[in-house]
Amino acid sequence: MDLATLLPFLVNVIAGGLVLGFVYAIIALGYTMVYGVLQLINFAHSEVFVTGAVVGFEVFRVLTPSPMNGYLKLLIALLAAMVISGLLNVTIERLAYRPLRNAPRLVPLITAIGVSLILQDVLRLIEGFQGRFDLTYTLPDGFSGKFCGAESSCAAVGSTLARLGLDLQLKDVILIVVALLSLAVLNYLVNRTRLGKAIRAVAQDRVTAGLMGIDSNRMISATFLIGGALGGISGVLFGMKFGTVNAYSGFDPGIIAFTAAVLGGIGSIPGAVLGGLALGVIQNLIGVTNIFGGLLGIANLEAIDASYQRIGAFIVLVLILIFKPTGLLGKSNVEKV
Amino acid sequence: MKSTALSLSVLAALALGSASAQTTVKIATLSPLSGGQSDLGTQIRNGAQLAVNEYRAEFQRLGMNLQLVAYDDQADPATGTAQARKIAADRSILAVVGTLNSGVAIPSSQALVSSRVAMVSPANTANQVTDRGLSNMNRIVARDDAQGPAGANFLADNLKAKRVYLLNDKTAYGEGLAKEVEKALRAKGVQVVGNEGTEEKSDFSSIIAKIRLQRPDAIYFGGIYNQVGVFIKQLREAGITTPVMGGDGLDSAELATIAGKGATNIYFTTVAAPIDALPAAKTFAANFQKTFNDQAQGFAAFGYDAAKVVLQGILAAYKANGNKVPSRQQVETAIRKGTFTGLLSGTVSFNSVGDRKSATLYVMNVQNGKYSLSARLPVRPARQ
Repeated sequence: MDLATLLPFLVNVIAGGLVLGFVYAIIALGYTMVYGVLQLINFAHSEVFVTGAVVGFEVFRVLTPSPMNGYLKLLIALLAAMVISGLLNVTIERLAYRPLRNAPRLVPLITAIGVSLILQDVLRLIEGFQGRFDLTYTLPDGFSGKFCGAESSCAAVGSTLARLGLDLQLKDVILIVVALLSLAVLNYLVNRTRLGKAIRAVAQDRVTAGLMGIDSNRMISATFLIGGALGGISGVLFGMKFGTVNAYSGFDPGIIAFTAAVLGGIGSIPGAVLGGLALGVIQNLIGVTNIFGGLLGIANLEAIDASYQRIGAFIVLVLILIFKPTGLLGKSNVEKV
Repeated sequence: MKSTALSLSVLAALALGSASAQTTVKIATLSPLSGGQSDLGTQIRNGAQLAVNEYRAEFQRLGMNLQLVAYDDQADPATGTAQARKIAADRSILAVVGTLNSGVAIPSSQALVSSRVAMVSPANTANQVTDRGLSNMNRIVARDDAQGPAGANFLADNLKAKRVYLLNDKTAYGEGLAKEVEKALRAKGVQVVGNEGTEEKSDFSSIIAKIRLQRPDAIYFGGIYNQVGVFIKQLREAGITTPVMGGDGLDSAELATIAGKGATNIYFTTVAAPIDALPAAKTFAANFQKTFNDQAQGFAAFGYDAAKVVLQGILAAYKANGNKVPSRQQVETAIRKGTFTGLLSGTVSFNSVGDRKSATLYVMNVQNGKYSLSARLPVRPARQ
């Protein structure tokens, strides 16, 4: 194998990692925002994410026979998932976390795990009533096809990308665009609006923010709403990209996205995005290490294949936390007396 | 008219009288007749019933009143064992057809071994079913460990693969299967260009990138349909049409649903033959439809075959016992030692531990979401 074949291969692997990374990033935002305001790890977020995926599945399923434009179907799926996942997250906070606001930190943490388990089985029950377990997305025509394939008007772009090894499907491009748009909107919301300012104030110091006339409970609800809506978006994107979800699909991406949030510095929004992208790429690169081992003649590297993907991502996390305990972009909390 | 009716009733009374003078001989079926797997269990029971109907007259001539009793194991090991104890207590039951689940067969046969009640299984594939070396446990289907070598043979001989990429799901089942395939492939001189395990259920992009780079002639995935289906879907979406093969973990209609448009060029080995894979099954299927108003599936045919093995075994033991009704132990020996013919799945004889000496594995093919039989592979247990 020479460079001419390996370069496109590597580009392909990194691109796949970035696409995956965007999904992780959007999920990670849900963890990091909630952590930012409450210092609570919302383990139920993985189920909020799966709820979005299930809603997306249902929307596409119901709309399959309709001649409606595919992008419109996607928009409906995204909006429905945002609303339902967002409201679900708000409800979880209201019912399960708010009553424990002043309890020791471990109590809401265990509650979160409990909520996560309950939601998994509720989702399984709802779909099980209709005789379904594995939910396979029925996407509009063309979504799974090549991006700028041979017959399309932008075939020249497609062939240039293909030469570089970027063998993208239309849905990969849609995923990246939707993810970037969500990030832009979130950035505007958090940094440019009164609501965002209030949320940041509550995150900094709940008591003082309250003294300044900010209703911290409403801001916390708003945070859960935004985080949940992002979970809904990521669920639809995940289902669209990978095709099949079930009630238990949230665990794996959830734990990795949480890791991404920690890697980026939990509580930091750019950190979550960076962490998600980094983990996606690292995972995929570790998954193909054995190819390079064979090339460089290093026998030990040849043993590192896809089965080490997960473990590799967590090793990177441990290493970063050893040398930079606050994560890549996290700020350390300096206690002022 | 009246006199005819009278003479008929006299005849019937005579027939009944002679029947009551006969010795009642029973065989039992042990299979799930209630619960989620009752559909398959009922097929086994009904298949056995057809065999019993066929042999009733012959048994009658020999002074035996043949009956079938059906026991429900609910696909549950504890229930199955309790039922097996009931079977052991009914001295007129000479042998058992069953079970559907290996997990039930193992404790049930253990419960029956001391009273020497022979079992002939129409469905159990776990190695352990016969590896325990019980004198009463036999099966007419292939063993799990036959799947690896058979899969490798199919890859090399039928698909003519020279370079194979192996994947597994890192479970005992998938990893074990992939290991067996690898061993057999290497023995046949086929190159294994990749061999890795993955627990991933969603994102296969790095594996697919490697497959694209290595260009194998075929891919073997030791895993379960819900993971392999997603993998195949993504593989096909990436434009790779290489055949994908697996074991009976892929034997589900869900596989085609999950893989969607990608459900093509897929092969898997399975012991449960579809009914049309058995050459002699046409009349049987028609008969089954007429008797039970239900469509016969593979398990019905194997239930029928297993019952025939049991019944021919009883007849052989009867002869060996000087034309007297044989004991359970004599039937057990006759089944283990005999050769049984006229079956839908071919001739049956057992090795020293009760594995069928020449069983068949079926290779199913999925093309455009449709399942069809691709090949029949003869398999032999290591012990003969």
